[in-house]
Amino acid sequence: MNQPVIDLSPKVSDEVRKTTCYMCACRCGINVHLKDGKVAYIEGNKDHPVNQGVLCAKGSAGIMQVNAPSRLRKPLKRVGERGSGEFEEIEWDEALKIATDWLEPVRRKDPSKLAFFTGRDQSQSFTSFWAQNFGTPNYAAHGGFCSVNMAAAGIYTMGGAFWEFGQPDWDHTKLFMLFGVAEDHDSNPIKMGIGKIKKRGARVIGVNPIRTGYNAVADDWVGITPGTDGLFILAMVHCLMKAGKIDLNYLAQYTNAPVLVNEDEKSPEYGLLMRDENGKELVIDRVTGKLTPFDQPGVRPDLSATHREAGVTHRPVFHKMADMYLSDDYAPENVADRCGIPAKRIRAIAAELARVAFEESFELDHSWTDFRGEKHDKMIGRPVSFHAMRGISAHANGFQTCRALHTLQIILGTVEVPGGFRFKPPYPKPATAHPKPHVGMTPGGPLNGPHLGFTHGPEDLALLEDGTPARIDKAFTWENPMSSHGLMHMVISNAWAGDPYKIDVLFMYMANMSWNSSMNTRGVIDMLTDKDESGEYIIPKIIYSDAYSSEMVAYSDLILPDTTYLERHDCISLLDRPICEADAAADAIRWPVIEPDRDVRGFQSMLCDLGARLKLPGFTNEDGSQKYADYGDYIVNHERRPGIGPLAGFRGANGDKSGRGEVNPHQLEQYIENGGFFVEHIPEGSNYYKPWNTAYQDWAVEMGLYDKPMPYLFSLYVEPMRKFQLAAEGHGDRQPPDHLRQRIIDTMSPLPVWYSCEEENRASEFPVTALTQRPMAMYHSWGSQNAWLRQLHGHNPLYLPTKLMRENDLSDGDWATVTSPHGEITVPVLEMAALNENTVWTWNAIGKRKGAWALEENAPEATRGFLLNHLIHELLPPKGDGLRWANSDPVTGQAAWFDLKVRITKAATADEAQPEFAPIRSPVGTGPKNLTWKVGK
Amino acid sequence: MTSLPTSTDRKLGLVIDLDTCVGCHACVISCKGWNTENYGAPLSDQNAYGADNSGTFLNRVHSYEVQPEEGAAQLIHFPKSCLHCEDAPCVTVCPTGASYKRVEDGIVLVNESDCIGCGLCAWACPYGARELDQAEGVMKKCTLCVDRIYNENLPEEDRQPACVRTCPSNARHFGDLSDPDSDVSKLVAARGGMDLMPEQGTRPVNKYLPPRPKDAMPEFDVLAPFLEPVAEEPKGFLGWLDKALEKI
Repeated sequence: MNQPVIDLSPKVSDEVRKTTCYMCACRCGINVHLKDGKVAYIEGNKDHPVNQGVLCAKGSAGIMQVNAPSRLRKPLKRVGERGSGEFEEIEWDEALKIATDWLEPVRRKDPSKLAFFTGRDQSQSFTSFWAQNFGTPNYAAHGGFCSVNMAAAGIYTMGGAFWEFGQPDWDHTKLFMLFGVAEDHDSNPIKMGIGKIKKRGARVIGVNPIRTGYNAVADDWVGITPGTDGLFILAMVHCLMKAGKIDLNYLAQYTNAPVLVNEDEKSPEYGLLMRDENGKELVIDRVTGKLTPFDQPGVRPDLSATHREAGVTHRPVFHKMADMYLSDDYAPENVADRCGIPAKRIRAIAAELARVAFEESFELDHSWTDFRGEKHDKMIGRPVSFHAMRGISAHANGFQTCRALHTLQIILGTVEVPGGFRFKPPYPKPATAHPKPHVGMTPGGPLNGPHLGFTHGPEDLALLEDGTPARIDKAFTWENPMSSHGLMHMVISNAWAGDPYKIDVLFMYMANMSWNSSMNTRGVIDMLTDKDESGEYIIPKIIYSDAYSSEMVAYSDLILPDTTYLERHDCISLLDRPICEADAAADAIRWPVIEPDRDVRGFQSMLCDLGARLKLPGFTNEDGSQKYADYGDYIVNHERRPGIGPLAGFRGANGDKSGRGEVNPHQLEQYIENGGFFVEHIPEGSNYYKPWNTAYQDWAVEMGLYDKPMPYLFSLYVEPMRKFQLAAEGHGDRQPPDHLRQRIIDTMSPLPVWYSCEEENRASEFPVTALTQRPMAMYHSWGSQNAWLRQLHGHNPLYLPTKLMRENDLSDGDWATVTSPHGEITVPVLEMAALNENTVWTWNAIGKRKGAWALEENAPEATRGFLLNHLIHELLPPKGDGLRWANSDPVTGQAAWFDLKVRITKAATADEAQPEFAPIRSPVGTGPKNLTWKVGK
Repeated sequence: MTSLPTSTDRKLGLVIDLDTCVGCHACVISCKGWNTENYGAPLSDQNAYGADNSGTFLNRVHSYEVQPEEGAAQLIHFPKSCLHCEDAPCVTVCPTGASYKRVEDGIVLVNESDCIGCGLCAWACPYGARELDQAEGVMKKCTLCVDRIYNENLPEEDRQPACVRTCPSNARHFGDLSDPDSDVSKLVAARGGMDLMPEQGTRPVNKYLPPRPKDAMPEFDVLAPFLEPVAEEPKGFLGWLDKALEKI
């Protein structure tokens, strides 16, 4: 037989350029293959610490993103009414002049009249620096509606959380328990990790109302009732404590469980920790029986001893934990119905945690020295690890639920030990090592410090002298005292309501607020277009930067078009949201591997220019000239502290210093030569027990992560929360308003508690929880403009469990009306059996507005696709007290979009999902009909 | 009609692990990317930004719900591409000889210059693994990345199909299934790898590793000793605590 002769070794490409993906927030290394200067193929970079060569669907579809017809082409000035989509193309000089003319008077008179919020920004250390230089207190990124509960609960409790803060010890863990994770965050590393541990035969337990993705491959699936994770976790804490299956040695040495608490109800320090004159927490030493600071050489903190001083009894935190969690309130039998998990199953899982943590314990032969100077010959492994994300955090009880999960990890002694959960540099880093929020304004000058941070008591709240909120989003106020990421979801609503005040310019980046990035989409559109009696818009000026023709473009007055991710500089910085591994510090860059073919500018480079035009001190040389030519210039030359810049690698004049070192003018070239990233490994013996390991602490100082060693105790008991409670009980000068006192007392418990969010969401009338999940192949609204990805998820049915399908006489393809206390949508339904029986769900952000994203108006995303956002309000249903209660976690302000309660009724078959919105005029037209893509010959 | 080789020197194929496939579609898009740019005509897309959009894919992931007699429903992600059958009906049915099975490695390919786009092979394939490209009018199918696996312009470690290289959960494996000592053959033996629809008599080379049993954690009765209370009353707990601390 004659087989055809085929070329088995065709040329793959002319050149490979290595940069960082931005198809989602995972930030994998990619090899971009170029032919004739065009992108021919994208694959994962095998040397890269994040993805080690693998790449998800989004990453591989990057070629369809950088060539998407939805790309904006030139600056735009609105000429029609807001929302009409009528724009005229203008030159960059005019665009920047308009922006300068709007912003300069604001800065001179009252910088708070600018609200600058960035969405899925990966350059927050830069954008916050810009905002700080501008002087407005009103800056944040999207963490407030994403996952601040997860981040803040982790940092307050143990100095880091999941994803960017840490990861399971994939090489040693034997039981991995995953809570509420949709199919991303941390996208590829979680998939790699699950593949790795399943190969070893480790058990994966998935806790999620929905059994898709990671939960589909989990060995055991717990289809929990949404919003009850905290109760389930505390029931396991109850079981483990009652059985003594807790790591007492770990609790005594590395946590504040032995720290003494003032127990005098009448004392203004009731519930506060005992400290010495230097502020160090005090414990009783089991060796001497004496009171001592926790960190002294040879001290064996006692978990049990009490101490009486000046007539006041002090008991250790651990006693309070025993009081609380041994209570029958947390017995599995008493939580089972509420959680939708049989009591026996709760006990079985708790027992399995205990079995693996203590019976499968192992040792690594590394010696290490702790902060008390004690030398340990071995490292004890407890091979149980956890991971969680928004599923448990996007609830109004999410902060306490995340805290409960960390408590569970800590009592098992499995954090920062072999087989458990491990921090990634620059974490561990306790809340006290982070900045506090700053709101000190000087017209014409910079803010007095970083905007966002961690509050440690009422004195740190961002309040004006009259007690009103300093920030437009009311972050760091009594409504949400620990709102470390701000509340992006409240900015437009508050600015429109003039509560706490009105603004002049709203400046946003990569935030699709008039569509999928807002709760109450219709309401937000109305607020953006609402006018006062004089016919002026209530939010007077809106500047928006985006690379693509998103729904938000039409609602802005000035559009500053950004580049795609392959046309720009970026840094994935240790100062920001880093990409480190548990065994290494790492950072990375993006660089223009292709040149834009449109008149667009990278947002950060544009800010360097705009900053200089506004004469911002950090962006202007002494002679008044522009300090940074572009973002690449900033990345290389900016120093946050002497020797510490955005990139940690290839510092020093010769590029041979890591972490600390003077500016290296060839730094970017050296990153490019190295594949676009930098890795510095943590020496063996330093890479576990990091918060207490002197070798790690010294390494971190050398790397510039800290300026001095800062060992600390994990805070099972978060004292700052108690300080807010004390204020609510009437102590201190700074007092909350009366209507918030009881809520603060109830929700700010210094030990994790669970409370129901059902009543506020009227669950008795709306008994079904409605959730969204992000598909693994799509990132927010971005996937739909991608010709390949939209073939995977072109529309989004509402998935109903079998019980609800039967009850409502529904069949696949029927339509149902979904009603919440706030609104109503009518959408197509599909049955799904592997689903909690009182939960419905759909894919997030597939629904599109007609006219957006260069899609044709009859695209399924715009006809059958829909958003649940229409059902969720940024405020809770009115309570009749005339107050605006945010639909947010009362601790952090995290948007509580997973608390959504609905009811379902069968609807007539429809042509289009309801509500229907009028098309918006596309500034870029629509894409070509057909594609036959091939850049090579 | 076209004849199959009586035997092939090797049997290159994929082993797909249904226990770890999370259904992320990474393989689908990586395949689309490589094969759009490489072997034969690009994989085209119709109505790329409109309604009724469709395109040519050589690999797709399907998801099936399974309801066991006892216990919770399960979701299985099932990636599917050409299985490079030993008795490939798509080859024997081909009227022009465009479809053929390579003697050296068993890869089933379409010689696009001889393909008339009649679609018989797609009808003959019981797996639905072939797709007629609407722009080019030729039959497209998985080539097992024949232009990667021997490609001297690629580093040795990259000489594997694009889908295997990219799979984040390591659910895809590539190798010679005629060699009992190959990693893929050992994996098939260890995990009970299966043929897809063996009753069709196609003798597929690709194998699927079945999901491990789900929701099989021991009942609490077995695990109960691990939660034996140290005391029934909180006071007793503190007594236990004191004793336990003595032992540390």
